[in-house]
Amino acid sequence: MLCRTADSLYWTGRYIERADFLARILEATLRLAAIPTRGDGDAETVWASALASAGAPKALGRSPTEKSVREFLAFAPNNASSITACITRARTNARSVRTALTIELWEAINGAWNGLEEQGQPTRRDEFARFLEWVKTVTLSVEGATSRTMLRNDGYYFLRLGAAIERADNTARLLDVKYHLLLPEGERVGGQLDYFQWTTLLREVSALTAYRWVYRDSVKPWLVADLLVLNRQMPRSLASCQASIVRYLERLAHDYGRRGPAQRLAADRMRAFDNSRIDDIFQSGLHEYIQAFLAENGRLGQAIHDQYLS
Amino acid sequence: MAFDEMSGDGGGIRASYRGLARWLADAPDGLLQARSRQAELFFRRMGITFAVYGDAESSERLIPFDVVPRIIGAAEWAGLEAGLVQRVRAINLFLADVYGPQECLKAGVIPSDLVLTNPHYVPEMQGQRPPGGVWVQIAGVDLVRTGEDGFYVLEDNCRTPSGVSYMLENREMMMRLFPDLFADYPVRPVETYADMLLASLRACAPEAAGADPTIVVLTPGPFNSAYYEHSFLADKLGVDLVEGRDLFVDDGKVFMRTTQGRQQVDVVYRRIDDDFLDPLTFRPDSSLGVPGLMTAYQAGTVTLANAVGTGVADDKAVYTYMPEIIRFFTGEEPILKNVPTWRCREPEALKEVLSKLDQLVVKEVGGSGGYGMLVGPASTKAEIEAFRKKLINDPDDFIAQPTLELSTAPTLDKGELHGRHVDLRPFVLTSPNGIKVAPGGLTRVALKPGSLVVNSSQGGGTKDTWVLDV
Repeated sequence: MLCRTADSLYWTGRYIERADFLARILEATLRLAAIPTRGDGDAETVWASALASAGAPKALGRSPTEKSVREFLAFAPNNASSITACITRARTNARSVRTALTIELWEAINGAWNGLEEQGQPTRRDEFARFLEWVKTVTLSVEGATSRTMLRNDGYYFLRLGAAIERADNTARLLDVKYHLLLPEGERVGGQLDYFQWTTLLREVSALTAYRWVYRDSVKPWLVADLLVLNRQMPRSLASCQASIVRYLERLAHDYGRRGPAQRLAADRMRAFDNSRIDDIFQSGLHEYIQAFLAENGRLGQAIHDQYLS
Repeated sequence: MAFDEMSGDGGGIRASYRGLARWLADAPDGLLQARSRQAELFFRRMGITFAVYGDAESSERLIPFDVVPRIIGAAEWAGLEAGLVQRVRAINLFLADVYGPQECLKAGVIPSDLVLTNPHYVPEMQGQRPPGGVWVQIAGVDLVRTGEDGFYVLEDNCRTPSGVSYMLENREMMMRLFPDLFADYPVRPVETYADMLLASLRACAPEAAGADPTIVVLTPGPFNSAYYEHSFLADKLGVDLVEGRDLFVDDGKVFMRTTQGRQQVDVVYRRIDDDFLDPLTFRPDSSLGVPGLMTAYQAGTVTLANAVGTGVADDKAVYTYMPEIIRFFTGEEPILKNVPTWRCREPEALKEVLSKLDQLVVKEVGGSGGYGMLVGPASTKAEIEAFRKKLINDPDDFIAQPTLELSTAPTLDKGELHGRHVDLRPFVLTSPNGIKVAPGGLTRVALKPGSLVVNSSQGGGTKDTWVLDV
């Protein structure tokens, strides 16, 4: 396969995953913002935290508003990580490797892009929420077309690798939202609002029910972290994403008959997960753990790029 | 009245259209319109678009598709096919001669300066023999019709003719929309085109490539107007679609960069113009090409399809000599006629052209896509006068032709069928094993009432082209 083709597939996977994540963050934030607040500026804090978890804490200056954040994360053409830009870029990448995709997958991606215009840029909250729903639906159909129609060969693995690296990144950031989301004065840890924030977070990764099945307990911060970091049953957990990355890299190595630095790095990281306990992670600080994870995930992305995509 | 593909000169429905006419008569009201809307939806969903240069608002547009097929009977087609094979054979012989012994120039068949100072003549190719001896592997010949037996060649496309994806996609669409119509019609399949092309390209590979040559389609990239077609063809051929940056030349051989290292490339079906192929030989500012490609090509390690320098055969000035060229190289009378043409470089002809500009079509020798031309009868006085100045300043650059009354074919317009002018571009494949014509082609239709300009960049649409078996 051409390096350029592999690169475009990898980024198609990444951008679709990112579009989905942005929709989820925005949904979570709409929900959080709907909680009655006590003082001025609380709502703004919520929207600022959305920016932070999308990886652009300082993009809108000191005091981002609901309107400006929604606009920035959903529609801004100049923001490489807005939903519109992600879908457009995914489609541009896909179009340049049109022949490496099945018709179904291409139509799903092209359909998402065609739909952008139809969707417009709704400002009313209910319409905006419907837009986010639509984004989740189209990314799901891309996902479905990928898994149902693509041959299991290198093209598929590069698409999946991109998605897995991106998803790991996103889960880590989502978890970090809680770090950025300071409780307003007067609210205590473990109180009403704190509880609401954690459940919203779970809901956004479609994991609230999963949480109850796995832990049979009320929502507790360290258990939420356990679910999203170490639990291998949870498809979005960092450990699951890491396992996917290892799996696709090993398949590539098998098909190509050669392992390289990317496989070695990925395997090292998997061992680190297998030896981790959530108590230890909390002990040394969840935020620090997540920051370290993001940096390593970036290194792994670079290793994949050097080995296959350039 | 122009000749109509369905009703001829008005003496009743022509044989090849009778089935369609019956079907149309039975079709419920609004059916064609509904199917037409469906077709547009399908095309947009599949992303079958083309880019229009200089049109910022709609950088990707659909070429309008007309659902009423253009039908060619078996006997008509047999005549066209023989004429096309003859013409393309002559073109290949002409190019081998121009870049070889130049017998035709010595014999005065065509003025030497017209060939040797032609902007499309490539001196680097002088003395070269491309692998398999084939110059134009893929030709698209534009034909128009003025009467029952009046087919004319309007233009030969010997460089990178496009449109074949529409031939294939239009058929696929028609079979999806009107399966019942196909049940009654003995339409020859065009789906075999990809296999024909693949076999043809394989047969043109350098000998050293062995039994299973590596073939690629080389595209300028997603911003090119025909990008969809490039990706479509690569897909149908089952070969990689590459851009210049995916290829490199090492030790006189061409390689592509893959996830498993380098892989040698034997045949490049290139959809990039000569000028952009190799910045070391041609335009140094080209970022689309592959540095060193010409060196590899001249060393014979790679086949380019079409060969470099073929533009000298489809130039509008050279076109006017095509009947003589066919006679010289095949010893036969041309089967397909040329449109009578005035060469403005000849003073007598120029005088005559200037005296009736309002009746003629004047074309720039190097122009294409319907740009840079004057359609006399459709132009205002001011436009004609402006053009007159250009013509007098640089007569060598122009040819003139009578305004042909192109045939019309029934076309859907706001729910009703009207005759609209059409042309036809069949595709001709050449390899050392012979010359083959795909049984079909691209029918372009001028959608505006009375318009003669069928170019997609100027409001033209396309139709499926049916060649019948009996």
